[in-house]
Amino acid sequence: MGSRVEILNDGGYRSDGRRQFELRDITINLAQQGQADGSAVITHGLTQVLVSVFGPREAKMRSQTIHDRANINVEVNVAAFSTGERRKRSRGDKRILEIGSTIKSTFEPVVQTTLYPRSQIDVYITVLQQDGGLLQACINGTTLALTNAGIPMADFVCAVTGGVHSTSALLDLTTLEENDVPHVTVAMMPKTGKVALVTMETRLHVERFEEIFRLAGEAGKVLHKEMKKAVMGRTSTLVNAMGSRGSGVDRDGDEQMNEL
Amino acid sequence: MISFSSFPATREYAEFSGPHHPYDPSDDVEMEIDEDYLDTNGSKLTYPGESLTSSQAYMRGHGTYVDNEEVIASVAGTIERVNKLVTVRAIRSRYNPEVGDLVVGRITEVQPRRWKVDANSRQDAVLMLSSVNLPGGVQRRKLESDELQMRNFFEEGDLLVAEVQAFFADGAMSLHTRSLRYGKLRNGQLVTVPPILVRRLKSHFIALPCGVDLILGLNGYIWVSKHVKEAEQEGEEGFDAEGVYSNINDNIDEITRTAISRVTNIVRILASHFIPLTDTLLIEAYDWTVDQEGGAKDLLSEDLSDALVTSLAFRV
Repeated sequence: MGSRVEILNDGGYRSDGRRQFELRDITINLAQQGQADGSAVITHGLTQVLVSVFGPREAKMRSQTIHDRANINVEVNVAAFSTGERRKRSRGDKRILEIGSTIKSTFEPVVQTTLYPRSQIDVYITVLQQDGGLLQACINGTTLALTNAGIPMADFVCAVTGGVHSTSALLDLTTLEENDVPHVTVAMMPKTGKVALVTMETRLHVERFEEIFRLAGEAGKVLHKEMKKAVMGRTSTLVNAMGSRGSGVDRDGDEQMNEL
Repeated sequence: MISFSSFPATREYAEFSGPHHPYDPSDDVEMEIDEDYLDTNGSKLTYPGESLTSSQAYMRGHGTYVDNEEVIASVAGTIERVNKLVTVRAIRSRYNPEVGDLVVGRITEVQPRRWKVDANSRQDAVLMLSSVNLPGGVQRRKLESDELQMRNFFEEGDLLVAEVQAFFADGAMSLHTRSLRYGKLRNGQLVTVPPILVRRLKSHFIALPCGVDLILGLNGYIWVSKHVKEAEQEGEEGFDAEGVYSNINDNIDEITRTAISRVTNIVRILASHFIPLTDTLLIEAYDWTVDQEGGAKDLLSEDLSDALVTSLAFRV
């Protein structure tokens, strides 16, 4: 072995000290960002993505309007400082365009676009830091930003990456693991258990696939719990702030009194 | 068992703007208890994909859909129930127009016999040439010559106040400015707030005692301007024929300018704390800020704006 980093050591720990099925720490920030109708910053470990949603609004290009439903427009922008070595990627980069179109086709059946004919929903994704699981972070962030913008959706979409190291399955891979291990990204809808997206860029043994797929589905449900909690927290604070002319803020006042 | 790798929790984030961490994966039991998410007002909150009731007993309204004979929420917000109709009102969304609403908008396009107006809705609103007043209040059919000089009435970028007249088949709204109170806006400044914060009031034209007029558009666009005297506004024969579509601001003295920026900043602060706007609240807030030291721009500092919000909470 020598200097090579072990993906999974004898004790069953991964390179960053996680167990096989442990997900990285996530943080969700649903605060207002500028003029966006809805926005979310989601962090999976060291991967951080900012998603801003504008719309539904009048389509800027007439050619893009669809007469019976809204058009979802996804633009992904990878910050030059997001990776280890500084690299400026052009907007026309094929890999980035592909992520954008994958996200678009994932959300088209979930968002109730038929309610907004001739409109456009713009999703702007900015990748601030990457450490593996880029697509998963983008999808989870987009779900949260769309919810935050009050855009009707059938369900959450929760995405997780899974991989296989020899015979043992791993979840939520870092860049280091993604480079070494065949991996698959699964996006699922927790209410029905339906799968919104399965994508794989490497070769994976067919006998391993089922296990990974099932695990990723379960991990999606765990993520859903966290995302739901964040959304409910945000909603209830806003509702309380609106109805606070009496109860909500008074409570804060009481706390201050106690401190004094 | 799938869980999160746990790092030591840094600090408790109580504010809604703060990020959310999964602390302890074993809090499943606690989750069950606050599953109902009842807030202090007792209204129930939803998230997309939460099933509400069976579709046999209830009818689905806005913000819900039916799947497998179940009514399911499609937005995050509060549930409202009227008899058998279940609706979910999204906490933040674009403006949903209703006929008779007062809106403030900006012209985006001039088209044959119509203007396109951005009114913070899901599509641009339409203002037909036939639903504006001619300068001087002349009552007649619009002629071809009027069509040719549409840019003399409204140009791209002009702001206007109008009323929602009707809807088109695709849900786009049609506006009208056939009242002397409606029309082009000048002598002031625009502020944008989430539309849910503007409640339906008796009047959306508010004259504050500090010499500032406010127009609370239900679409969340708020126009803050210099006070116009009633007599100037209402005059029949004497009313300025050109004034209605004028692009030139009146002279605004220093004191009024300060008052306007003070009011705009108050509106911004209230909006950032998600507090619904009413005339009494704005007057109170203005009185409070006048007593404070510092100019209008100092209001935007975090300390002062928090102090403002706290003082308002205690007064009501």
